[in-house]
Amino acid sequence: MKRLRWIAMAVLLLVALLGGWLLTGPHRAAPPSRVDSTVSAAMLKDPALVARGGYLATVGDCVSCHTEQGGPPFAGGRALPTPFGSVPAPNLTPDRATGLGDWSFEAFWRALHEGIGRHGELLYPAFPYTSYTRVSRDDALAIFAYLQSLPPVHHVAGSPSLRFPYDLRKSLLAWRAVYFKAGAFKPDPARSAAWNRGAYLVQGLGHCNECHAARDAFGGSTAMPLSGGRIPVQDWYAPDLGTQAHGGLEGWSTQDIVDLLKTGQSAKGAAFGPMAEVVARSTQFMHDDDLQAIATYLQSLPPRPAPPARGTVPDAAAMDRRGGEIYAERCADCHGKDGTGVAGVYPPLDGNSAVLDPAGINAIRAVLLGGFPPVTGGNPRPYSMPPFAQQLDDRDVAAVVSYIRGAWSNRAGPVQQRDVFRYRHTPVQ
Amino acid sequence: MDIRDGKGTRRGWRHAAALAVALLAASLAGAPVRAAAPGDDAPHVPDTLQQRIAACTACHGPHGEGTPDFFPRLAGKPAGYLARQLGYFQAGLRKYAPMEYMVRQLSPAYMREIAAYFAAQQVPYRRSPVPALPTAVLQRGEQLATAGDPARRLPACQGCHGRTLTGVEPDIPGLLGLPYDYLSSQLGSWRTGTRAAAAPDCMATIANRLTPADITAVSAWLASREVPDDAHALPAGSVQPPLACGVLGGGAAAGQGAAP
Repeated sequence: MKRLRWIAMAVLLLVALLGGWLLTGPHRAAPPSRVDSTVSAAMLKDPALVARGGYLATVGDCVSCHTEQGGPPFAGGRALPTPFGSVPAPNLTPDRATGLGDWSFEAFWRALHEGIGRHGELLYPAFPYTSYTRVSRDDALAIFAYLQSLPPVHHVAGSPSLRFPYDLRKSLLAWRAVYFKAGAFKPDPARSAAWNRGAYLVQGLGHCNECHAARDAFGGSTAMPLSGGRIPVQDWYAPDLGTQAHGGLEGWSTQDIVDLLKTGQSAKGAAFGPMAEVVARSTQFMHDDDLQAIATYLQSLPPRPAPPARGTVPDAAAMDRRGGEIYAERCADCHGKDGTGVAGVYPPLDGNSAVLDPAGINAIRAVLLGGFPPVTGGNPRPYSMPPFAQQLDDRDVAAVVSYIRGAWSNRAGPVQQRDVFRYRHTPVQ
Repeated sequence: MDIRDGKGTRRGWRHAAALAVALLAASLAGAPVRAAAPGDDAPHVPDTLQQRIAACTACHGPHGEGTPDFFPRLAGKPAGYLARQLGYFQAGLRKYAPMEYMVRQLSPAYMREIAAYFAAQQVPYRRSPVPALPTAVLQRGEQLATAGDPARRLPACQGCHGRTLTGVEPDIPGLLGLPYDYLSSQLGSWRTGTRAAAAPDCMATIANRLTPADITAVSAWLASREVPDDAHALPAGSVQPPLACGVLGGGAAAGQGAAP
């Protein structure tokens, strides 16, 4: 009894302390204002710095989130959907009232490096400061100079609409304690310069891990980096990026990775869904040595554990027969009866990471939606895939996707009709 | 032309010949053709725009003929108009998720090429059913199309879509040979904001001045008209538009895909 009382008191004390901490205002020192900044307006106008920043902003693909559909670039407003509500990306143009016009470089650096806004508020991790914290101060300065060089656009991006308790920014204190640690990128002197550059880009500005790793129920990631994961709400599967045994990109050469990032297509597969946008707006413009560096780094990711044995579904034999018929009728003309595809035109399906993802999401959605790979300098008039949502019902899509996932050398588990039903009704973002 | 088998020169030549014959046949017949060479598993792919845009033709038909019930006809519509529509889906001015997804990563140049392909297709128009309506309703429709209604500040359809109502190059579509359901639902979409055009959006203004009964009347009258033998759009400059329209270069924001 006495011991219980002690525990209860300790808990009460802890709650009181936590409550006091949460209720008090931000204790962080305000960053210097624009006039007091160590970075003068003249320094920000250096054309070489602005040009370098433009390239880095492209590498970071800032424009994708910070531009509304059909809206002016970088003026914000595109809402990032999360399981907790949606977070619109703010206006990054130097408009004083609605953008970054009144920001000093120090404030920008703190946002990027520590995830803290200009007025000391904690930023939602829809803004991937969990990755950007590894961006160097020099690179951040160049990006800031570039953003400040844009024409100012007066555009209110809107505020987050999140459910309780996520709408309380202070709740991020707990989130940050578990999932975030500010820190610079630490080069590995034992590795090549290319490897280190690749690691810096992938882990930092490229923020690849934000999609390519599983998130837990609180939207944080403690999974093995780049080991693949479902993108919440948007419902795509960002594949594991390992190229060694059991990796999602097992067998991909450096050139395959470079090709995909540069042209949207490689001998092993094509970019579609959210990755098509990444290629179209970001990676196709990256310098060849940076693409090589990224590929070098991905090649070094460790082998992955073997996947569980292929599951089964009721009626598997009949499904497989039906799937094979649909494949021969609808798919084989382009992807080949052995799933080899046509080099440079139609991706192979045998061994394709988009076919084999653990959840089967990508293959189902590719069949339903069809579409074009990204238009890039290297592939200006891509061949496309018809959408089958109008032509095949849920059962038939499940049958053909299950067939493809188990045909040739593929050994991924079958998908079910109810999965197809679900993804047929996933809103296209 | 792409020969993609990599299994030796002799086979390559044989396939090149087969593909050449097939492409010739395709250009003569205007039908999609795939050269199937026995004993070779890799499919051969014609290097044609039609093959590249299988995603479009799967629903709209190989020549953009459309389907009577749902997918709109694209064949023969002015190229500028079609390219603008693709840009509008990209910019979210037109709302239809499967189309927005489809065009999301296309370049303006590729969209213009696709638009030119469908604009050049010659496909006979087919009659679609028109609801049985009283003569007075059809007369109201005819009045709106040919004379407008000055009392409600409604210009005649002919004022922009041409005396023949077959459209005007390069940006104004024809209104004949289209199903009643299509015409009435487009006017409805302009009222609900799921379809828009570059500002100032004169069709939105007009659609909002029409009553629901007017939409029925004008759609039914247009859908009941015979399509003339020459259904091509009139040459550029054939009309003096009665309103300032973004698509016709009126107003400030006439750029393709520009947000209002």
